[in-house]
Amino acid sequence: MYPALSIIFFTSASGLGYGLAAVLGLGLLDPQALATKLAHVLALCLIGGGLLSSTLHLHNPQRAWRALSQWRSSWLSREGVMAIATFVPLTINAAATVFYGKHLLLVGLLGTLGAAVTVYCTAMIYASLKSVQAWHTRLTPICYLLFAAAGGSLAGALVAASGNAHSVVLMVMALVFLVPAWAAKWQWRKNLREAVPLSTPESATGLGGLGKVRLFESPHFNDNYLTREMGFRVARKHADKLFVIAIIAGGVVPAFLVLVALAAGHAIWAPIALGLALLFHALGVLTERWLFFAEARHAVMNYYSR
Amino acid sequence: MTCLPATSTPKKLGLVIDLDVCVGCHACVVSCKEWNTGGYGAALSDQDPYGADVSGTFLNRVHSFEVVPEGGEIVAERGQARLVHFPKSCLHCEDAPCVTVCPTGASYKRADDGIVLVDEDMCIGCGLCAWACAYGAREMDLAAGVMKKCTLCVDRIYNETLDEIDRVPSCVRTCPTNARHFGDFADPNSNVSIMVAERGGYDLMPEQGTRPVNKYLPPRPRTALGSAPTLPQEDTSDATGFFGWVDKMLDRI
Repeated sequence: MYPALSIIFFTSASGLGYGLAAVLGLGLLDPQALATKLAHVLALCLIGGGLLSSTLHLHNPQRAWRALSQWRSSWLSREGVMAIATFVPLTINAAATVFYGKHLLLVGLLGTLGAAVTVYCTAMIYASLKSVQAWHTRLTPICYLLFAAAGGSLAGALVAASGNAHSVVLMVMALVFLVPAWAAKWQWRKNLREAVPLSTPESATGLGGLGKVRLFESPHFNDNYLTREMGFRVARKHADKLFVIAIIAGGVVPAFLVLVALAAGHAIWAPIALGLALLFHALGVLTERWLFFAEARHAVMNYYSR
Repeated sequence: MTCLPATSTPKKLGLVIDLDVCVGCHACVVSCKEWNTGGYGAALSDQDPYGADVSGTFLNRVHSFEVVPEGGEIVAERGQARLVHFPKSCLHCEDAPCVTVCPTGASYKRADDGIVLVDEDMCIGCGLCAWACAYGAREMDLAAGVMKKCTLCVDRIYNETLDEIDRVPSCVRTCPTNARHFGDFADPNSNVSIMVAERGGYDLMPEQGTRPVNKYLPPRPRTALGSAPTLPQEDTSDATGFFGWVDKMLDRI
């Protein structure tokens, strides 16, 4: 699948934003600290920026409001509805924190729930497509949720450390989410590489009874919308290297830096280590998200022998 | 509404495509583009139409596949190799995943005849329906920014200003070898239902669970050249006159 930058940025940024918003909703951070107030604003910016970015790949974005109408059947529509609904508790809690230095627990927990459901809806847009076998698995939403939770915990720990609080809970949460996130991703990619293809050129043409089917002449000499959108091939050459880079940057390095921060206590090293951990994690997730699209094979490519 | 019709549609309009007969001339591709660029919805645009990197929106494309028999490395090395021309357009699936993923309600399946259509005024051009379709039946028009797909020539088949013979999809009307047929699959006595029953018409990618309406007829078994009957000796015993004389003289040579 073609890895559109707007969608990669959207899923990564909104994932981190919802993760941070979910952690903020738990009320583990001091609402009077400047860092916490900034974190509320940052979470809303990440979510809003991600949503705006997602409209960039629309060809008629002026009608985007219509996408809220089909929540009964479409995960994309459900995501839009949930994103807007979740803005309500997130914005109320952010306003209470920023202007009054107070955390509203019930509203915060509603925001946490909404954030989790929205990330789940985002993942289900992909997981619901049977035509892309690698995506069509329960592991897809599990990965999206765990990555959002890991990123949110890292960001939350950084916010706490920046406010000169030593939040062991958030750092442990970050470790607890990082490990299963990458374990699930590892299994997800193993499935992608080893699963027996659901559809083949033989089943796509129904000519398997005659023998092995391969493309002799494509419909047109040049690429078309389908091959550009669904026949992306650049990734496969460096995919293994990129996956290792993603695991090291997004998992190993942040986990090590969290341990450093745990050991550092209230020293200045703690926020620095956590800041670096978040930066590396974000880079790792961006790489992972790029591979999520670039490596997935679409069933229609059975007609193009790709 | 992008929910599918709750019950099976009373009519199931669709195509039968005969892979035994198609010669891969692409006439259906051209005629489809010609009719549909001026008919339903936005025109089917081309990008860089006279340049080296030409591409455009098509609702119907013809692939050609080579089928290599088991044990063969290259076509015709062993057994009966086949070159199969393969026209492909929207299959108007009963469980159309392209419809249910649409966030805006632009995509819908008609409850009365089962045709899958796009209301282009509601389409935001997100492309998710094209991702959901395993068959590559939907293509984004890059000029209009809306999703295009086969309408089964909905502006022809019910069009009473056309002669009755023309009230079929453009591809069916134009096919010079009669490889494409249009009809109602809900009626067991329709031309298409009978063809499917007699020739073993099948679904593409049944494992995708989409229940396509369109059916494909397999290539017939090939007769080997060696097994073809030789022409019988012609009987000229009743030839008389000049031609009788020529016949006798030539026999002697």
